[in-house]
Amino acid sequence: MKQPETNGRRVFLSKLLGGGVAAAGALMALRTPALARVLEDKDEGFDPGEREYVFVVDVQKCIGCGNCVRACGIENNVPEGQFRTWVERYVVTHEGVHVDSPNGGMNGFEAIDPALREQAINAFFVPKLCNHCAEAPCVQVCPVGATFTSPEGFVLVDPEHCIGCGYCIQACPYGVRFLNKERRVADKCTWCYHRIRRGQQPACVTVCPTGSRSFGNVRDENDPVTQVLKDDQWDVLKPGMHTQCQVLYVGLPRVVV
Amino acid sequence: MLPNESLVNYIFPNNAHIEWSLMIVIYPYITGLVAGAFVVSSLYHVFRIREFEGIARFALVAAFCFGLFAAVPLLVHLAQPQRAFNIFFTTHLTSAMSVFGYVYSSYMVLLMAELWLTYRDYFIERARETSGLQRVVWTALTLGVTEYTPEAARIDYRLTTFLAAIGIPWACVLHGYVGFIFGSVKANAWWATPLQPIIFLMSAIVSGMAMLCLMYSFVRWRTGRPYDYAMIRKLMIFLWGFVIVDFTIEVLEVFYSYYEHGHHWSLIGPLLSGPLYDSFVITQLLTLSAIPFLVLAVVVIRGVDGKPLLYLANFASLLLVLQVLVMRFNVVIGGQYISKSDRGFATFHFEILAKEGVLPALIILAAPFVVYYILSRFIPIFDDDERLTAR
Repeated sequence: MKQPETNGRRVFLSKLLGGGVAAAGALMALRTPALARVLEDKDEGFDPGEREYVFVVDVQKCIGCGNCVRACGIENNVPEGQFRTWVERYVVTHEGVHVDSPNGGMNGFEAIDPALREQAINAFFVPKLCNHCAEAPCVQVCPVGATFTSPEGFVLVDPEHCIGCGYCIQACPYGVRFLNKERRVADKCTWCYHRIRRGQQPACVTVCPTGSRSFGNVRDENDPVTQVLKDDQWDVLKPGMHTQCQVLYVGLPRVVV
Repeated sequence: MLPNESLVNYIFPNNAHIEWSLMIVIYPYITGLVAGAFVVSSLYHVFRIREFEGIARFALVAAFCFGLFAAVPLLVHLAQPQRAFNIFFTTHLTSAMSVFGYVYSSYMVLLMAELWLTYRDYFIERARETSGLQRVVWTALTLGVTEYTPEAARIDYRLTTFLAAIGIPWACVLHGYVGFIFGSVKANAWWATPLQPIIFLMSAIVSGMAMLCLMYSFVRWRTGRPYDYAMIRKLMIFLWGFVIVDFTIEVLEVFYSYYEHGHHWSLIGPLLSGPLYDSFVITQLLTLSAIPFLVLAVVVIRGVDGKPLLYLANFASLLLVLQVLVMRFNVVIGGQYISKSDRGFATFHFEILAKEGVLPALIILAAPFVVYYILSRFIPIFDDDERLTAR
């Protein structure tokens, strides 16, 4: 009497195992890795292999007009109160540093307080955006691989895979990530990846009246950004984080964080 | 005082909202209670601390009840909870968080296996004694194994010991790993320290032991059964030891940062004298750590016994379960006070009814106790339970 029962259990267990493997296989087949979809979704004449991009910010050229912040908001449907890019105003005095960015600098800046102006020894604007780090902590920590690096070096978020845990937001040293309050997924600057694929420039670059922001392919000798690399007079934010930022700042005062 | 010579409190525009809120405060708290309670159970099963024999099963049931709800705060926190299982299906192994699903679920399987082995003779007995629907339920719980021979009992005993033994490192992995999730974030000066896993683990054991003391005393009081003072004394000796280690490492971590006076202190110094002064320095260190430390010192060194022992043990335990809860708050929320601008602090506001508010947090924190109450209606938990003694 004992034998059939054992066999029954064995059969049951083997069926259970088989079913489990089949279910796992089906689920693996269903998943569509974000990177694979980007690779499949090729635009005409766009070869990621020939490109390596950098974004250059010339701090001394920025006038704090806020055009870039507004353009980014419109281009990328950024919810109010959240920012894919923003502009900071620094006023440096002997007593300390005064930094502000009212509404991300979207509407420009009001005149600084006269008393502060008296004390100022330096004042300037600093645009901020995602650094598209080559060693991106956000990519490392995403538990489901929804944040990934595209073959051309863009750090992107797949909104269909993001679970909204917020770990990437914690891991980013530069505060460029936020949980999009309308879409309920992690969001950040993409360097306007959708425009680059069509041969256009990022929205913020196109509207900058002084050329403070520029974007280009360092593999192309004729691209103006290559000169910045040749001059070798650039800095990155928080170099101690060792994330290999791909946003290069020219004329960046040391006081900037 | 503001960090890095800042004249105004400047926080990055995207740092205004504290992303990890109360749910992420109670998640490591509940996980810690699981690990702590399990360790007590294993102290008997593996290290043969015979005083804990009477509470080994109780500790296991308590660990299971907390374990059931350890992942609930995470689920509530997710902005896309319907995709929670992606953590199993599209696991991204470079992420410390990605293995959570596997670590947590394997630990729960281990806990359930241990519980089942402990209770299966009782399930078999109930399946035989009852009829109708009850019988179906009890039989289902036996998993179809309705024979219980002395040989089976011997094997069960060895298996239980084995599971308890591998359960200790696994409990340490489960909770040390929670500490790793925070400790490995280099972008956050208050989190980033290799000591974080050990700090989390020690505080977990403290909270689990203290919570067991409170639950034990409450249950014995409510059911009018005698207290095992020798057990309480032994538990307090262990608790005192873990409190000392926990407190030392936590203070050492801050002192190191202060003494080195490096980049981290430029942020932690203003953090501790500013937004965390009340909740960390005054509440966590000077009140909820120092007082129980002294009370337990008296209990252990002076050899207090009887009712005074019961009162002092529960007083110290109550302060310690609160201390660990406040510690979780100070780590999770405290770290996010620091804006990535390095020049200002964000603010945190308690919400009551919001998804991650105080009320949902209290409901989740209360849930393990409700489940414990329900389980205790059906299964004998203490050795002097009538359902056991009647057999």
